[in-house]
Amino acid sequence: MIEIRDLDKRYGDFHVLKRCSTSVAKGEVVVVCGPSGSGKSTLIKCVNGLEPFDSGTITVDGISVGDRRTDLPKLRARIGMVFQNFELYPHMTVTRNICLAQEKVLGRSRDEAEAKAASLLARVGLSDQAHKHPGQLSGGQQQRVAIARALAMDPIAMLFDEPTSALDPEMISEVLDVMVELAQEGMTMMVVTHEMGFARKVAGRVVFMDCGEIVEDADTASFFGSPRSPRAQAFLSKILDHV
Amino acid sequence: MSFDLGVILDALPFLAQGLGLSLLLTVLAAAGGIVLAVLLALMRLSGFRALRLVSAAYVNFFRSMPLILVIFWFFFLVPLIIGRPVGGFYSALIAFTLFEAAYYSEIVRAGIQSVSKGQVAAAYATGMRYGATMRFVVLPQAFRNMTPVLLTQAIILFQDTSLVFVVSLRDFMTASTIVARNEGRLVEMYVFAAAVYFVICFSGSMWVRRLQRKHAT
Repeated sequence: MIEIRDLDKRYGDFHVLKRCSTSVAKGEVVVVCGPSGSGKSTLIKCVNGLEPFDSGTITVDGISVGDRRTDLPKLRARIGMVFQNFELYPHMTVTRNICLAQEKVLGRSRDEAEAKAASLLARVGLSDQAHKHPGQLSGGQQQRVAIARALAMDPIAMLFDEPTSALDPEMISEVLDVMVELAQEGMTMMVVTHEMGFARKVAGRVVFMDCGEIVEDADTASFFGSPRSPRAQAFLSKILDHV
Repeated sequence: MSFDLGVILDALPFLAQGLGLSLLLTVLAAAGGIVLAVLLALMRLSGFRALRLVSAAYVNFFRSMPLILVIFWFFFLVPLIIGRPVGGFYSALIAFTLFEAAYYSEIVRAGIQSVSKGQVAAAYATGMRYGATMRFVVLPQAFRNMTPVLLTQAIILFQDTSLVFVVSLRDFMTASTIVARNEGRLVEMYVFAAAVYFVICFSGSMWVRRLQRKHAT
């Protein structure tokens, strides 16, 4: 579904991504982790072309992201993305947030879009918040709305860029629950996160990045059981010691 | 010399007409100026160098010109271009609109830049294109942020409409001057004119301040 080959990117002198290669198969959940500044957010933003890259290739469902002839908006409409800071539109109600792209991109009627919004809000447990503005919701609620907004486009894959990093601890699980459910339903997911519990539970593979490199790319059991690289071992011991 | 309120009362209908013209010019030029300003701001922020240069040249040009010159200019230039006289009102309206657009565009540009890049990324991520992203996501938020500044600029524009006397239009200031001269009551009329400008502009500023407070919460 998602194929990343030799992806390379620099910001001036700073080498953000160094020949990164990995893939996400249909129905697979891949967690990308690593210390901050390791390039994992940049990597995931390259997948739907929000970040340009210098060399290498990314294909999603066979379509090349870096190809100038690719209609990027059309491709992005099929890939859901959830951001660290939710990025809900503050001037619209929750329902309008979920309907906007359905109407403007997919050409759905208002009724159709609102019906879809209602069913997705029910799914993320926020039916009673439909007419509120994002500013009236908690972080966890906002992120669940953001997930609903992405799902409203019936995506073939979902990208999550640190979806719980901006949340208060008590709100993390409500968002993770929605993501776990999504994973169990067979959604193709690429998730940048530090939530190792989530990775253990639903990830098929874990990609570990450090300093712009993919240091380790292994199935979940072997990543947690016997990480090969010293850097992954150090990272794991640091974050798992506190669990 | 006594202060004669009678002069003012007698001239009220005439003065009201002048005020009507001032307000009409302000509203139309502000509306037209803002529309043009959005276009200029989007050009200024676009990825195309040529568009950026054209917009920057426009803004810098008009900001370097005295307004009164621009008004004169269009009064004489527009008839040359379209081949017939358009009258003081339309030439003044065009001049104000084009002139104000240069100032408004800097406000709009700042407004657009005040909307976080993450909002644009979120809209793009759902497949929305540039036009829809601007129209439904960025500009509504930008306008909410910049309404107070736009209104402040409109208040200045209202004051500047007094310049249309140069093309023989009777705005409020001109009407006051005419009455003052005809009746020989300069003190009454100019005090009254000042009071009217003050009330309108000051209420406008109060409104702006209220909007800002509301926005801050």
